[in-house]
Amino acid sequence: MVRVVDTPPAPTPAPGTPKGRPGIAHVWIMVGQRLALGLLTLFVVSLLIFGATELLPGDFAEAVLGQAATPETVAAIRRELGLDQPAPVRYFDWLGGVLQGDFGRSLASGNRPVADMIGNRLGNTLFLAGYAAAMAVPLALILGILAALWRNSVFDRASNSAALGAISFPEFFVAYILIFLLAQSGYFPSMARVPAGADLGERLYRAFLPALTLTLVVTAHMMRMTRAAIINLLASPYIEMARLKGMSPMRVILRHALPNAIAPIANVVAINMAYLITGVVVVEVVFVYPGLGQLMVDSVARRDIPVVQAVALIFAAAYVLLNLAADVISTLSNPRLLYPR
Amino acid sequence: MAKPVLLEMRDVRIEGRSGDDAWLPIINGVDLTLHRGEVLGLIGESGAGKSTLGLAAMGFVRDGCRIAGGAITFDGIDLVRASEATRRGLRGKRIAYVAQSAAASFNPAHRLMEQYVEAPVVHGVMRRAQAEHDAVELYRRMQLPNPGEIGFRYPHQVSGGQLQRAMTAMAMACRPDLIVFDEPTTALDVTTQIEVLAAIRDIVAQFDTAAIYITHDLAVVAQMADRIKVLLRGDEVEEADTRMMLAHPKQDYTRTLWAVRSLERPERPPVEGTPVLSVAGVSASYGSVEVLSDVRFDIPPSRTVAVVGESGSGKSTVARVITGLLPPTAGEVRLEGQALPPDYRRRSRDELRRVQMIYQMADTALNPKLPLREQIGRPAQMYLGLRGRALRERVRELLRMIEMEPDVYIDRLPGELSGGQKQRVGIARALAAEPTVVICDEVTSALDQIVQEGILKLLDRLQGELGLAYMFITHDLATVRAIADEVVVMRQGRVVERGPKRQVFAPPHHPYTELLLSSVPEMDPDWLTGVLARRVTAPG
Amino acid sequence: MDAFGPLGWLLLIAGFVAGAAAAGWLFRAGLVLVTRGELRRSLRGAPLTASFGMLVILIYLFVAVFAPLLAPYGERAVVGAQFLPWSEAHWLGTDNLGRDMASRMIYGARNTVGIALATTLLAFLLGTALGLLAAILGGWIDQGMSRIVDVFMAIPSLIFALLLLTIFGTSIVTLILVIAVIDATRVYRIARSVAQGIVVMDFIEAARLRGEGMVRLVFREILPNAMAPLVAEFGLRFCFVFLAISALSFLGLGIQPPTADWGSMVRENATLITFGDITPLLPAGAIALLTVAINFVVDWQLYRASGLKD
Repeated sequence: MVRVVDTPPAPTPAPGTPKGRPGIAHVWIMVGQRLALGLLTLFVVSLLIFGATELLPGDFAEAVLGQAATPETVAAIRRELGLDQPAPVRYFDWLGGVLQGDFGRSLASGNRPVADMIGNRLGNTLFLAGYAAAMAVPLALILGILAALWRNSVFDRASNSAALGAISFPEFFVAYILIFLLAQSGYFPSMARVPAGADLGERLYRAFLPALTLTLVVTAHMMRMTRAAIINLLASPYIEMARLKGMSPMRVILRHALPNAIAPIANVVAINMAYLITGVVVVEVVFVYPGLGQLMVDSVARRDIPVVQAVALIFAAAYVLLNLAADVISTLSNPRLLYPR
Repeated sequence: MAKPVLLEMRDVRIEGRSGDDAWLPIINGVDLTLHRGEVLGLIGESGAGKSTLGLAAMGFVRDGCRIAGGAITFDGIDLVRASEATRRGLRGKRIAYVAQSAAASFNPAHRLMEQYVEAPVVHGVMRRAQAEHDAVELYRRMQLPNPGEIGFRYPHQVSGGQLQRAMTAMAMACRPDLIVFDEPTTALDVTTQIEVLAAIRDIVAQFDTAAIYITHDLAVVAQMADRIKVLLRGDEVEEADTRMMLAHPKQDYTRTLWAVRSLERPERPPVEGTPVLSVAGVSASYGSVEVLSDVRFDIPPSRTVAVVGESGSGKSTVARVITGLLPPTAGEVRLEGQALPPDYRRRSRDELRRVQMIYQMADTALNPKLPLREQIGRPAQMYLGLRGRALRERVRELLRMIEMEPDVYIDRLPGELSGGQKQRVGIARALAAEPTVVICDEVTSALDQIVQEGILKLLDRLQGELGLAYMFITHDLATVRAIADEVVVMRQGRVVERGPKRQVFAPPHHPYTELLLSSVPEMDPDWLTGVLARRVTAPG
Repeated sequence: MDAFGPLGWLLLIAGFVAGAAAAGWLFRAGLVLVTRGELRRSLRGAPLTASFGMLVILIYLFVAVFAPLLAPYGERAVVGAQFLPWSEAHWLGTDNLGRDMASRMIYGARNTVGIALATTLLAFLLGTALGLLAAILGGWIDQGMSRIVDVFMAIPSLIFALLLLTIFGTSIVTLILVIAVIDATRVYRIARSVAQGIVVMDFIEAARLRGEGMVRLVFREILPNAMAPLVAEFGLRFCFVFLAISALSFLGLGIQPPTADWGSMVRENATLITFGDITPLLPAGAIALLTVAINFVVDWQLYRASGLKD
């Protein structure tokens, strides 16, 4: 138990230096750096999404025309789409358009602007994801904290096994079981088409089954990860110290564990919100929900590349932003970063 | 003893749950009596159960443990039968705890003051403003720098020795009747340790607080405790008044506890000829930070050079330069007069073979997945080209050299060995290369005293038989006394003093050597008082 | 089936759990009988979930290997009318084209599991090799590879797979390659961090100072110590790949007809569910059962690995 490791000692601060007062400026510099890094990542991701289409065997234009490709039609399309320009020029044209909300025109749906096709659907998908998150996050955090608090109890073992099961189920399996159990008997609609102008209650009712499917799938993951993050923390000597100071279990969790758990929990939530994005695609197809995921699947089948690019970019941006948010929260909750030596 | 009894333990038995859900005993029936204002030292090696017993004095067991029997009475309150709420009401208020690693035991999310006032406010002893005022006073008494301001820092902004004093102040916050000190200075350097020991001893005496002082270091406990209780694997070995115990230990086990300190090999005459290894004016840096500057010393053949220093002195970095892991920015390392290439990747097989290394942590120094046959055999196979039967015979011979029975151990994995045995295998692996110099990096500091002695004796014997030269890196001056011929004292990347052992250990000293030597606790119970008195009269 | 009621469902679930536990118990007892030594000792300590998991995995492998012998009809043969109900001739009825559902389930084991396994193996070879290399070499090679992987991981994997499948088309080979490359980035992360934990140990330093070459470092010093977490990761990764391929097939973008595949079978027959027929749930259930089984076994292995440490 007695180990002497040859590490440099904490340098003793020179007496009299004002160190207790936080310098706020460097925190914002740090957050700014994280933001810049996030923007850089987004830029590289856009490059990757655009560049991937450059890998297309043959040519974009041939892909559009398929069997009907003749040298003349190909040349015409190439000119029309600006494919005769060098790749970097086309990339910056595309990116410039994206930044102004112009994602180009669809190849498959009669030249419609991609932005029009995305418009409403983006709102619908955000609504569904937000709906699921609003149910899943509190549920998962509470269950995870309880499982950590009562670890190795019957509750812990049962919830752990159930979560393990739920993680293993494909989203469409969960979705169809719910349809079978709840839609069959007419409690909830299995088709989640939302009529235009429906009020909030109606929308919540119609989107309940898809949201519940996502909640079940994501909660299991999030709960297990929350539990692991807290248990990791409860083994720390400062938690034992708090107990030895005579603090109640509730105070130990809330005052001593939770402030240190903000960073890991923020990460857990971010990872799972990002996972929602993947889940959304399948769930929207099952419930015929008019969102971005369904649009993407249809467009992949039709090889409508501008639409796929646009949707992929939106999903990737959401993913990057979520991770960025978790990163900033972690930074702001860590005194080691806020108040350097 | 006229004072009333504060804590009474009768036949306390504590068990812990093992991997396969069986309950194994940790403490098998120990009695303990502590009077008001008395300091009891609990001493024992790792696995003796001293921490478990100390926590039991607070009515507390760690997760996965339980009190299987016996009675614990604190000031008339039965801690075993009392409700959890009652026990919670005592902890932090009437019984406080000071942990081994203050850096890990302070919550990183809150300022020191926040953590100080928590117990007094929650237990309703005093109001926040009063507690804060009181904290500053205690910080001052604990001789912390800037007592008025240090409470507003976060734990990571304060050094280890200061944190340990801040934690003692925090334990004092409610003026408890009893404080349990769990190895409070083990993680500190000797020169820091002495300050913390003095501060703890003074404050405990000032408030007439009773204390249980847990440690593995007899010399430390001799300074702090009125009485000493020796534990071995959950059983009491003996208990006596401190002076009595030091002068006349009754049990053999107690006597062996400080056996290593009696091991002192006489210095041998210096040898003529080229040194086996020369560190010639070496400087090195990590990035832009210079960690070694102009280090020079020689290792004569068949002799032991001890490199001594506290953490951050650069003593382990010297080993990294010699082995070629960290190429120096200036100077060179010579092996039997020939300059070694600075980077180990540029060294020939024979150059690599002649310098071998033994590590501090035998756990991580051996590949957990290789049987001893391969751990020890690999260098012999690589460097000396031994194969088949010859290799097998050589491995058996090496195992016999480190006093491990070949038939029993040759196919074992490191996980099936004790800590001391692992360290022996590390020695055998180094010997298998038939080296000229062996670098021993804190090889005994992770081991219990008795095991340490065995390893030191083994190294000493092998040196005699094989004519090896050792470079012995250590922070422990007792080990230096036991084994060294020459001593190199390092501080902040520089050699402060070097020479034959007798010369370095005898006055006149360099001021830092003096500080280092005088900070090493001695068995004499009056040692701490004496040192502090001398330092006051002779400032500097 | 619709007159089942909540109590009936509860009984059914309870019955299934009890049956699974009993099967797991019997299987473990059998295994303990036929094995010996270290293996036997660890099997005896296996929880029922894990032994049930091992049993399920074995059954799936058996079915996948012997599919042509077990299936009553051919994989693609049209044998009757569409959507026939369950009968003696067609245990699970027929599908939307009049093919035997039971036979397609059995062939599905071979196709879906086989493709997922090939993909996982490829992802692992690629990911571990690069991850170990990055950990051992360090420096700018490590930095460079890790930054590239970071960018790849900034796009959700299903979305990235959809993008790539749009470009390369949906054949089995592109499916395997696309998923393998995407998952290799995740394996790389794990392999690198596991190896980094090992590379800083003193025994690796000792091996380097001894003058050991790269091959010996990787295969004798690092890999044996990285095996436990990597095997667990292989199990988990297989589940992810398996679920991803099934999801793509379900979306009509993965394994293409007429190949029998569980994901596509759900999609092709989904309409039956709205009529209260659970047949389309069976392939989905087959997917779920295998992933549950693997997760149970991996969970046990991870618990053992963490328990042995202290």
